[in-house]
Amino acid sequence: MTPPPGSTHSAGSTDTQAPAEPADTRQVIRPYGDTTGDGMVQVSFTLPVPAGKRADAAALQLAGKMGLDPASVVHAKPMGPDFTFFIVYGRVNHLIDYASIPVPEGREYPLLSAGEVNLAIRATLGRRLVIVGACIGTDAHTVGIDAILNVKGFAGEKGLEYYREIQVVNMGAQVTVEELVERAKAENVDAVLVSQVVTQRNAHLHNTKQMAGAFHAEYPTAVAAGMGRPLLVVGGPRFDTVTPEDLGVDRIFGKGTTPAEVASYLVHALLPGEATQ
Amino acid sequence: MTPQRKLDLDPAVVGRARRLAARAAEPIIEMARTHTTVSVERALLRLAGLAGADSDGRPWANHLADAVRDQVGLEHGVALPVWDALVNGPHGSLVELAEAAARGRVSFRLPAGTDEANAREAARRAARAGITAIDRRRAERDRVLAEVGDPAQPWIYLIVATGDIYEDIPQAQAAAREGADVVAVIRSTGQSLLDFVPEGATREGYAGTYATQENFRLMRSALDDVSRELGRYVRLTNYASGLCMPEIATLAGLERLDMMLNDCMYGIIFRDINPRRTFIDQRFSRQIHARAGIVINTGEDNYLTTADAVDAAHTVIVSQLLNERFGHEAGLADAQLGLGHAFEINPAIPESFRLELAHAQLVRELFPDAPLKYMPPTKHMTGNIFAGYLLDAFFNLAGVMTGQSIILIGMMTEGIHTPWLSDRDLALENVRYVRDACGGLADDFVPRPGGFVAQRARQVLSESIDLLEEICDDGLLNAIADGTFGITRRPADRGKGLDGVAERADGYFNPAIEILDAEDPHARHGVPTEEVPA
Repeated sequence: MTPPPGSTHSAGSTDTQAPAEPADTRQVIRPYGDTTGDGMVQVSFTLPVPAGKRADAAALQLAGKMGLDPASVVHAKPMGPDFTFFIVYGRVNHLIDYASIPVPEGREYPLLSAGEVNLAIRATLGRRLVIVGACIGTDAHTVGIDAILNVKGFAGEKGLEYYREIQVVNMGAQVTVEELVERAKAENVDAVLVSQVVTQRNAHLHNTKQMAGAFHAEYPTAVAAGMGRPLLVVGGPRFDTVTPEDLGVDRIFGKGTTPAEVASYLVHALLPGEATQ
Repeated sequence: MTPQRKLDLDPAVVGRARRLAARAAEPIIEMARTHTTVSVERALLRLAGLAGADSDGRPWANHLADAVRDQVGLEHGVALPVWDALVNGPHGSLVELAEAAARGRVSFRLPAGTDEANAREAARRAARAGITAIDRRRAERDRVLAEVGDPAQPWIYLIVATGDIYEDIPQAQAAAREGADVVAVIRSTGQSLLDFVPEGATREGYAGTYATQENFRLMRSALDDVSRELGRYVRLTNYASGLCMPEIATLAGLERLDMMLNDCMYGIIFRDINPRRTFIDQRFSRQIHARAGIVINTGEDNYLTTADAVDAAHTVIVSQLLNERFGHEAGLADAQLGLGHAFEINPAIPESFRLELAHAQLVRELFPDAPLKYMPPTKHMTGNIFAGYLLDAFFNLAGVMTGQSIILIGMMTEGIHTPWLSDRDLALENVRYVRDACGGLADDFVPRPGGFVAQRARQVLSESIDLLEEICDDGLLNAIADGTFGITRRPADRGKGLDGVAERADGYFNPAIEILDAEDPHARHGVPTEEVPA
């Protein structure tokens, strides 16, 4: 391809522009458009004003405040009488000290696809993995448990019912701890999934502790999750201040958890022999 | 001008597919005719004008139906006990009766003799008034359509979903101004599992807005305003699905909604609602839709989000044939059957677009008079919005080439967030370009006889017949229990809402069903005259 006018990739420049150092040791980075260090980014946004020169000026001012300098509005389109859509290109003046960014601690288990989960269960367990799910106490909000269990799923992922090798018993809402323990025993489940959305007077913490206590009492000789008792998993939006040990459960999942994360965790926690990818 | 007979399908094979679907549906229809549910009974009360809720938001319809059920059971229908109490008691209205019943101050009975005749007569009058109200709303739609004009197909279908009806309204009006012919208000997550219909205008929801009678009224009125402004009737869509399907259908008829999501199996497969409950509720809801001139939208697209879109293509056809049969039996005309399908083949598969064309053209030819609803890609939208925009353009192209009737607009931000104003605007720009650039391309799109597209279509039809034969042998309820649709297994004795089902006793009486079973739903207004598109 012919380089566009003004491109710095002009013939003859390569031998005079040797890289200063290999990329992986570079400390300070900027976005890359077509030249190292050019800092170029694209953004698009809507402003609640009619299209026109004044709107363009507003978009440029926003771009400037976002650290884009110089910036250019390459596209401005009216969306009805009251809104304008912009596409803006510009050079950001921010620098990122890449070396100071710690390598994130990944999930301690790999995220598996539904097929991989099914395969792992088939290979290791030789039968379907059985789980029971419920909202316990007075909590009638099945949004959380249904997002994880129902085929409909959450965030574009299918729920655990979709997994051929997982047998799901969804007990729904307002299940008592006694009913849950009874069902878990009757079905000989591998894992118990409890959702707690309602948090008035810390009901979610009390309910969860009560549930965990009941299971530990019911399986006094258990060595660990999957060894004499089911795995205990709780999920909800307001568990960020407590640890699993505080509640007596094996795992807490927070807001935004997807079915695949839960399924992958079940494989990780219950099928220890399973090679991690 | 409709593109027909391009695939050279054997009419004998198509006829066989329809006969098999009818055979598979028959036992289910028989079950629906001999059972009732709490929601069917509440729908009668709503049709008779019972609205409102107690201070905790529990509807009076639920209070009254539950009180009757506790005292005399559901199997006779609530009509005789309710109107007997109303005729012979001190209560001036259904609401007063329901309030007293909620406080435990009404004793219901199954009347006999003259009391029974009086109750029957009063109940019939109340039901007739409700049906007449629905008839009036249908006539009103016909008038507004004639006055402001009906847009040409394919209709552009857009969703709004803010959770707040007062935020939805300006968004819906903006969408209409930008070109939407159909506005769907997405429901709050989990409403399908509520065994009551929330009440009043609502301002909070999870990823959607509650379906309530007042929200229906507010939105229809706002769209009437914008329809007049634009000189084009903008249709309103909601969901008659979940545990309150009959009631929501009734409210939709009373508030002149135009289209309703109403699939024969969606709630069973994707929401774990009991299969019997679903089929019984569904027959009533479809009878109401037929009477109200509402176009139903079915949900076959959803099967392809769980199963592979190539391997499971025939399950879409089978479900469409079943939806058609159940729909016809309930009185829906072809022009009211918005059968669904989708563009969900993995774009990494070679010739994926050719396969999509084959599937879409097959559906078009099997159901030439149905306003088919074609759904955009969701499963293979990855977060790469640029690639997503391209895929949506190919979806729009397939829709135009195969003459789809209702095109749901794909969002490049599918799966990232509920659509932004700009997402919708860009999506509409995409569909407008494809539609205008292609013009009458459907006329020129004639797959080569015996070529890839024609062969693939015939193969899918043949697989559909094989599956229908299995379903006929096995029974539809067993097929659903075995995980035939959308992979999920759903036994007939499991799932939510089974406890709200009752077998009708001898002498069961429901004056709404009496009218709906006996009368031609289209007699008063004629079959809707929407043209099926080119």
